[in-house]
Amino acid sequence: MPELRNYTMNFGPQHPAAHGVLRLVLEMEGEVVQRADPHIGLLHRATEKLAESKPYNHSIGYMDRLDYVSMMCNEHVYVLAIEKLVGLEVPVRAQYIRVMFDEITRILNHLLWLGAHALDIGAMTVFLYAFREREDLMDCYEAVSGARMHATYYRPGGVHRDLPAEMPKYAESRWHDKKQVKKLNQARMGSLLDFIEDFTDRFPGCVDEYETLLTENRIWKQRTVDIGIVSPERALQLGFTGPMLRGSGIEWDLRRKQPYEVYEDMDFQIPIGVNGDCYDRYLVRIEEMRQSNKIIRQCIEWLRTHPGPVMVDNHKIAPPERDQMKMGMEELIHHFKLFTEGYCLPQGEVYCAIEHPKGEMGIYLVSDGANKPYRLKIRAPGFAHLAALDEMSRGHMLADVVAIIGTQDIVFGEIDR
Amino acid sequence: MGKRIHQLDTDLQRVLSASVQRLNIEHDEITLTVKAEDLAEVMSRLRDDPEFAFEQLVDLSGVDYLEYGVGEWSTHAATSEGFSRGAEKASFGRFTFDDPPHSRTLETPRFAVVYHLLSVACNHRLRVRAFCEDDNLPMVPSVHHLWASADWYEREAFDLYGIIFDGHPDLRRILTDYGFTGHPFRKDFPLVGHVEVRYDPEQKRVVYQPVSIEPRITVPKVIRDDHRFESGEEKENDA
Repeated sequence: MPELRNYTMNFGPQHPAAHGVLRLVLEMEGEVVQRADPHIGLLHRATEKLAESKPYNHSIGYMDRLDYVSMMCNEHVYVLAIEKLVGLEVPVRAQYIRVMFDEITRILNHLLWLGAHALDIGAMTVFLYAFREREDLMDCYEAVSGARMHATYYRPGGVHRDLPAEMPKYAESRWHDKKQVKKLNQARMGSLLDFIEDFTDRFPGCVDEYETLLTENRIWKQRTVDIGIVSPERALQLGFTGPMLRGSGIEWDLRRKQPYEVYEDMDFQIPIGVNGDCYDRYLVRIEEMRQSNKIIRQCIEWLRTHPGPVMVDNHKIAPPERDQMKMGMEELIHHFKLFTEGYCLPQGEVYCAIEHPKGEMGIYLVSDGANKPYRLKIRAPGFAHLAALDEMSRGHMLADVVAIIGTQDIVFGEIDR
Repeated sequence: MGKRIHQLDTDLQRVLSASVQRLNIEHDEITLTVKAEDLAEVMSRLRDDPEFAFEQLVDLSGVDYLEYGVGEWSTHAATSEGFSRGAEKASFGRFTFDDPPHSRTLETPRFAVVYHLLSVACNHRLRVRAFCEDDNLPMVPSVHHLWASADWYEREAFDLYGIIFDGHPDLRRILTDYGFTGHPFRKDFPLVGHVEVRYDPEQKRVVYQPVSIEPRITVPKVIRDDHRFESGEEKENDA
């Protein structure tokens, strides 16, 4: 009988289940993983160093590109850090808009996670379903900022502009006749809020559809139950946050425990898991989507009845209105200064964290009083999660590594930064 | 939130008074500065004492204080000289790579490691900073044995700043390319880097060559004494 030997296997960087550019060096004994060594950094763009060379507002767009499936949440933590350092009070309407778009972003993120995770383990249909709903939410992004993904919509002091009163509509073309266009535009006849409300009416039904496909599915359960179990103590040790921590049974959600913006006034539940395996984390994220839907509805209700400013009236930070600028000397000077030099923040340092769809996203900002950050450290949730891949996948089969990568919700934009 | 912070503040002063270098509260956040040699002991107390109970190391980052507080553009004489002529050659690699900027002596050591701790049980946060005494060989003890999450964070700080974590079991580079030289987030490492890669059709392989990008200033770094923030600075001086 030939002697059995461990062998090393390369997984990625180009592998459809690697969720981007993960290179995983696996030490295998037969089909059992002995050690997993993730090699990261293939998407390293030195965002933090780039930000050090630019005025504060120029870097908002870079934040979108960190975790490129939950764009506005990344912007949120960055602008919050700046606002905390200046001590800026944001108008309430802007806070509600931010909360609403944070939750829209959470659904966007979880939909992509669900689709990709299911696809990795062999369920094709969920992916198509999830992308159907993502399309509507991308349209909300587009309506409010002009871009489907990288919005740069949040600004220090509020949001770039108020919600539009009407939605862009489909026009008749060679591909869509009158009847089809009418059907496509049905939900788009009113304002953006009407469109989002229509979405929130439909969405719980859509989540039911995903659950019909997966929750009691025998194959899905065989692939996820008891895979990648993390005990609550280990989850804390390993720096887990967000759904990864809640999946292990620890009730910890920054929206509730250290509330920012108007989350204090929101009514929502925090789902937690029991066993800390892939299946529990799946259930947690599914429930989070339902809760996000609930928060969005509360925001819509408030936003309908409370018009008001969405940006602070402090022209040392926020640029003045365009038409004021044409007429007033002061406004012109402010505009010129803001767009050439930017604004200077006071000396000091802050750490600001939000409940990002993937976990705790934090910004550690050091300012030496200049118009650029002295040091900007981005605390990416996925970085800590991926670091635990070795521990989570030890002793599992090769095919389970794919399930574990899926459950960690890995996106390389934020891990490599 | 404020009450909890003051409670934590008094607890820290009581328990760790021997090793505290500086303890200040700013923007509702506590920063504890300790000496690198005390770090291991302080950290294990912070994790294990029930009144602190910091079960999580949320973040760890290196900071390079080489250019702290150095502006590139003074408004006194610059207006007559024009925009980019007014900019001082403050940063490394801004204009040419041969021109090292004016040297200056730092009041504090150049490198620091900043830890962000979180207690899930008590719902509070703490920032711990330790300066590395030797600028040429920055070193702090590793906290890998206290928090498993420190593993990659310390590798990252080593990779980007060259800070050595004494006792780390596997201190390899993590974010930069295989075979990379230098520590890119140091302030004396130029933003455009030293080398670029391209495919050479003659050699039929990817080759490294010196960068062809010319460094330039788009917006200079300006430090303004803003009277609105003076109250904040006073607070800092008092602490």
